Amino acid sequence: MRYTLKINGETKTVDAEPGTPLLWVIRDDLKMTGTKFGCGVASCGACTVHLDREPVRSCQTYIDDIEGAEITTIEAMQDDKIGAAVQQAWMELDVVQCGYCQSGQIMSAVGLLRDTPKPTADEVDSYMWGNACRCATYQRIRAAVLRASEIMEA
Amino acid sequence: MSLTTSRRGFLTSAAAAGTVLFIGVNARGALAASPSAEAMLTPFVKIDETGKVFAIIKHFEMGQGPSTGLSTIIAEEVGVTMAQIGFEFAPSDPQLYNNLFFGPFQGTGGSTAIANSWQQYRTAGATARQMLVEAAAEAWAVDAGTLDIVDGQVTGAGQSAPLGAFVAAAARRTVPENPPLRDPAQWKIIGNPATRRLDSPDKVNGTAMFAMDVQLPNQMVVMIKRTPQRGGLVTSFDDSAAQEIKGFLMAQTLPTRHGVAVYAENTWAAIQAREALEVDWDMSAAESRSSQEIRDEIMTALNTEPTYNVNKADRAAVKATVDGADTVLEKTFYFPLLAHAPMEPLNCTIEQTAEGDIVLHDGAQMPTGPHMAYQQIFGLPAEKIRINTMLAGGSFGRRATPDADYQVEAALAFVMTDRARPVKLVWTREDDIRGGYYRPATGHKVRVGLDQSGKIVGWDHQVAGQSIAKGTPFEPMMVHDGIDHSTVEGIADSPYSIPGMSLGLTDTQKATSVLWWRSVGHTHTAYVMETMMDLVARAAGQDPVAFRLAHLADGTEDQARKAGVLKLAAEKANWGRAPAGHTQGIAVHKSFGSYVAEVVEISGTPEDGIVIEKVTAAVDCGIAINPDVIKAQVEGGIGYGIGHAMRDQITLDGGAVEQSNFPDYEPLRISDIKEIETHIVASTIAPTGIGEPGTPPSAPALANALAALSDGADLVAELPMAEAGVYFA
Repeated sequence: MRYTLKINGETKTVDAEPGTPLLWVIRDDLKMTGTKFGCGVASCGACTVHLDREPVRSCQTYIDDIEGAEITTIEAMQDDKIGAAVQQAWMELDVVQCGYCQSGQIMSAVGLLRDTPKPTADEVDSYMWGNACRCATYQRIRAAVLRASEIMEA
Repeated sequence: MSLTTSRRGFLTSAAAAGTVLFIGVNARGALAASPSAEAMLTPFVKIDETGKVFAIIKHFEMGQGPSTGLSTIIAEEVGVTMAQIGFEFAPSDPQLYNNLFFGPFQGTGGSTAIANSWQQYRTAGATARQMLVEAAAEAWAVDAGTLDIVDGQVTGAGQSAPLGAFVAAAARRTVPENPPLRDPAQWKIIGNPATRRLDSPDKVNGTAMFAMDVQLPNQMVVMIKRTPQRGGLVTSFDDSAAQEIKGFLMAQTLPTRHGVAVYAENTWAAIQAREALEVDWDMSAAESRSSQEIRDEIMTALNTEPTYNVNKADRAAVKATVDGADTVLEKTFYFPLLAHAPMEPLNCTIEQTAEGDIVLHDGAQMPTGPHMAYQQIFGLPAEKIRINTMLAGGSFGRRATPDADYQVEAALAFVMTDRARPVKLVWTREDDIRGGYYRPATGHKVRVGLDQSGKIVGWDHQVAGQSIAKGTPFEPMMVHDGIDHSTVEGIADSPYSIPGMSLGLTDTQKATSVLWWRSVGHTHTAYVMETMMDLVARAAGQDPVAFRLAHLADGTEDQARKAGVLKLAAEKANWGRAPAGHTQGIAVHKSFGSYVAEVVEISGTPEDGIVIEKVTAAVDCGIAINPDVIKAQVEGGIGYGIGHAMRDQITLDGGAVEQSNFPDYEPLRISDIKEIETHIVASTIAPTGIGEPGTPPSAPALANALAALSDGADLVAELPMAEAGVYFA
């Protein structure tokens, strides 16, 4: 079946079966590989993208349920004011280790800062809880979200 | 893993290839400098005519930082900034890019990436600098001794020019035999905490390419329906339901009969088609035991005379001493199977070129393993097989199987096709959690005797568990006199002076495939040694730090370094002066040549919920090349150790793994540890490992903090802690 998607400001047409997770449309059909496959059951957050500016797990978001929605992925974050601040903070603090979960971490962090521009450390922990990092870069993630908040304010 | 040091004489050669300067090891040891010599050289340093320097990284990057670390060494020696250097992963070549600690084998493990490469990469960088400087000296008709390279500029004798101007001339020069290394006093990048990771930008903007991101034209995705119990074999399958899935191509039984390969046009079709496949298995030779039976076997072994007397002590005498001691402390420990669960599920992609070469795209931790396996599977000489090493989304040891498990699966799936289409093998998280290759289940039984003054008079220590190396190609390297060192490392070579120690080992039957895992045996040996030291100190009425220091007082460098990190961690954590409502535990351990002490500070109670308030770490890993990367590795190592100790285990029911994904193999989460603070001991000693050494002390330090709540009465001796009734808030 043909679906028309709005992704990162562009309109794309894909041929996919109903019930296909958005994750695999993005990765396999659109060949945009910044969004990662980690668990497939919405328990690690590596596949996080924005749907109408809200973070969602793309492995549990289906192609036939998102008609007309604006999809945003890591590839567009440098053009997003909050996204750019988060990316800058991530590099200042060298958050990444293996890096595989970090697209999802950043997409979640942008969602948090959009809702709550000046979060507390506890609010960061609560919001980011579902984004797993097996390298355990958590302490830097927490610090980088708080640092991004400062960058946004400046 | 056990390391055999085989430092090859470092010889350099240079080849001119256009205007690119290569400095590397010549496999034949000849000092050839012929423009046609490119084929026999494989470089560590590449410089293009714009002056951009590239470090060629012989190790893989799973997040532990060698791409930045080895680039730092090259940049420092050549004389360029970190902005002027990039990196590329080396091709697979066990002669040119071998791990110097492993022999003729290319691979990453045992926290050796920097340690084995340190002098090699320094020398490579210094060679490049010397050749560039000599070329400039000739051009300027000055003495080369008056020139240096500073921030990418050849500078001196009143002149200055970008190093790129001399690349072509340098490539034609004779290679210097003993290029001078920079004086550490000159270092600007090495040891600088402001140095940033080179792989950060791409990992932050989504462009970093992991093996999972390979999307070759016309590729097929393959998933394997594997036997639910190890050792099961396919008898037949029915793919009629899979035929209904759009994108399903075919299904074929692997030649090994360990599974059925499902081929599809894309990943989602492969997932669905595999789900729809019906397979009949022959389970007659399959593992059918449960975790309880595995545990029972280990516990029985601990109460039987051990197969191996590891330290050749007179055990009967030690036992008699312990039995006759004024105080006897006895503990039995059990450590479950654990999965690695790297964020990027296992995968790799194979293609065949028009020339008939086989190319493997892989986050290759030990390229030599699949390279050798592929020579057999494809019947090709080594040079017809190429491995394109990609970034790896974690590993913790999982990508380094002695049997190259997933790369072989991919190759078998590929050879069953006409090879016209590339094959991308993808594992799901369920495959990963259920796929074996676990940290072995292990038990320890320790009996310690103390005299009236609280002094240790005897320490009888028995270990039982599944050997990792036996039956693998690594056995000759890692097993000596029947003893798999990875099972007793951290006890057999402990820097502590413990009088009257007997160490025994018994191998138990492998219920599943087992494998090294971040810090391997140290995960359990440090736990046992360090919780026992606390118990003994408590029984002796002594402070845990003072008691440990008393057993590190013989004046050796080994003991001094271990004592050094112990004292530093205690000082920085305000040991003994925790805030009201907080409790501390400490542990210190040497692994992979490095010394790490950690203080874990907790609040709460096991019934109402424990909060890990802070972990303070002190580390001595020799020269700190990238201090911030070292801190990151210690932070990550602590999280890895504590997260699994808190709540993770792999269990078997009738031979089948019970866990399947993150909901029942719960990763450490951001809220689990509130703060980690790491301190690095300044050192002039050659660098040692850092990827793993942060892990071993973390769980025992937490256990000691928990035990301190009950004056030692409630030491958690069987992991995970959640199973012992400890609830974490």
